[in-house]
Amino acid sequence: MSDTTQSAPGPLSRLLASDIFYRFRRDPVAIVSATIVLLFVLAAALAPLIAPQNPYDLTQLDIMDSEVPPFWQEQGDPRFLLGSDHQGRDMLSTILYGTGLSLIIGVFAVLLQAFLGVSIGLIAGYNGGRIDAFFMRLADIQLSLSTLMIAIIALAVFQAAFGSELYQDLAIIMLILVIGIAEWPQYARTVRASVLAERSKEYVDAARVIGLPRSRIMIRHILPNTLSPVLVISTVQVAEAIIAEASLSFLGLGMPVTQPSLGSLIRSGFEYIFSGSWWITIIPSIVLVVLILALNLLGDWLRDALNPRLYSRR
Amino acid sequence: MKAADFISFLLRRGVQALVVMFVISLIGFSIQGNLGDPLRELVGQSVSEAERNALRDRMGLNDPFFVQYSRFLGNAVQGDLGNSYFFKRPALDVILDKFPATFELVLAATLIIIGLSVPLGIYTAINPHSWITSIVMAVSIVGISIPVFLTAIFAIYIFSVQLGWMPSFGRGDTVELPWGWDSGFLTLDGLHHLILPSIALSSIMLPLFIRLIRGEMMEVLQSEYVRFAWAKGLSKRRIWYVHALKNTLIPVISLGGVKIGTLIAYTILTETVFQWPGMGFLFLEAVNRVDTPLIIAYIIVVGLIFVVTNTLVDLIYTLVNPTVKMVGSGS
Repeated sequence: MSDTTQSAPGPLSRLLASDIFYRFRRDPVAIVSATIVLLFVLAAALAPLIAPQNPYDLTQLDIMDSEVPPFWQEQGDPRFLLGSDHQGRDMLSTILYGTGLSLIIGVFAVLLQAFLGVSIGLIAGYNGGRIDAFFMRLADIQLSLSTLMIAIIALAVFQAAFGSELYQDLAIIMLILVIGIAEWPQYARTVRASVLAERSKEYVDAARVIGLPRSRIMIRHILPNTLSPVLVISTVQVAEAIIAEASLSFLGLGMPVTQPSLGSLIRSGFEYIFSGSWWITIIPSIVLVVLILALNLLGDWLRDALNPRLYSRR
Repeated sequence: MKAADFISFLLRRGVQALVVMFVISLIGFSIQGNLGDPLRELVGQSVSEAERNALRDRMGLNDPFFVQYSRFLGNAVQGDLGNSYFFKRPALDVILDKFPATFELVLAATLIIIGLSVPLGIYTAINPHSWITSIVMAVSIVGISIPVFLTAIFAIYIFSVQLGWMPSFGRGDTVELPWGWDSGFLTLDGLHHLILPSIALSSIMLPLFIRLIRGEMMEVLQSEYVRFAWAKGLSKRRIWYVHALKNTLIPVISLGGVKIGTLIAYTILTETVFQWPGMGFLFLEAVNRVDTPLIIAYIIVVGLIFVVTNTLVDLIYTLVNPTVKMVGSGS
């Protein structure tokens, strides 16, 4: 009680003094994985400044520079630290740009998932009855069909319908839409579970008794109390979305080779693995795995630290 | 369980399966109408507009939506999904020819998943502080973080390109069984080709199941009835492997049901990397060639497999789980 009467501390000092930050500081795995994620985000955001080459600019490429191995190998070239691909693109630069694309698609897809899922979960959980039964049934079916299967079929159909030329221009938007729409049930279930728990609490009854409208009770009163599990699943959801994007791009249903994400980079390098140019595939693969692993470890830590009621165990 | 309950359960599931198949058939039909031009595939570009229209009429392409859809459905129920543009053969036959390859891959991966996840899950639950547990849990978080197609690529790079121990593509020698089923299980070469793809296919599911079984088992070991069993003086083995394990496996069955769709999606990835001549590889080729009848046939066959296996899993779940009421359980 006495805390609230003191002058309100700023958000930063509140974060630094919080329980969660204390736990964070004590956990080396969390610190390392958070640092890795942060480095990835920074490197991708600064790619146009720090990348040695602009991989989208065809005039900078020289076919004579194709398939140069990384610098630590015998024929390595100091201009291409991580080697170059079959078109003579610098691997380091394409990886920096590709990581950015993968992160953008992952984050925006998750924002869309969260928006859809939180809205549906809130409405279904608060209203109950038939709306609830309908959406939860739909969620069951959609989850068991699996995101990847829905995405593969949807994108395959779009690609066949639009032709691959037009499809390439729309690829980013299509990937965000498809991954975003396919995964809403995760959020809807999580939010619904907490809404059901909150709905019968006294503060909600109080709000109802003084005659506040439904939408206000849902958004201003219940929603804030359901957000901590949403935060917890979000980290893992971003990792899942990045995996989905990479898988789709690897199948040739995602980002085109001219504007590669990590997945399409791996796809374009895969055929060269047999002729000895392993770095075109293996280096972006390792980058992808490190990014996903760091996000998953961070997600696991966050789940243990906040320990909210989660609807489903992974 | 009463017979009446059982029948009503089958009816409910039957209706649900029909609804899913109906939606899938609608998707298949709308693809047929909008993807490519069936006329151009048949006669090419060199036909006049009037002749085209006459042909459209004769083929029923100008009929109302409902008439066309019911014709599509009627044909589909009889197993006629049109001829593949590329193979010039009935699309369903083309797909079903590839079914054994995919089925054997999935079977091998399922055996790996069940054979390893149950013992490892139990071991890590009853020995939470052992060093083996730490290794298993660390490996499983890494395993979950590697997408299926990357496990496949790493496996090819290490075992085929670098070490040269394993073949990197195809099914190897197969034996034709009497009912026309090409099996790779019966030749050494076939089994040799199966090793890497089946490991790759199981690589994400396996850690997922280990973590689930471990979590459930640890929870069950804390429960009242297990503590009572200890108090009663039952042997360790009996408590672990009979009392606790039974209740651990119930959620495992339901996760298995949820993951069937994902497993089918993973077969497309695995088959693409290893050029495994199965349905998923065929499907991607069909997408690249805009071979519409083949795309539709794949979606319908996979939808059917999905509905059947899901209903079976639900049935098993209901039979083994005494707390589930079969009738009137609205969520």
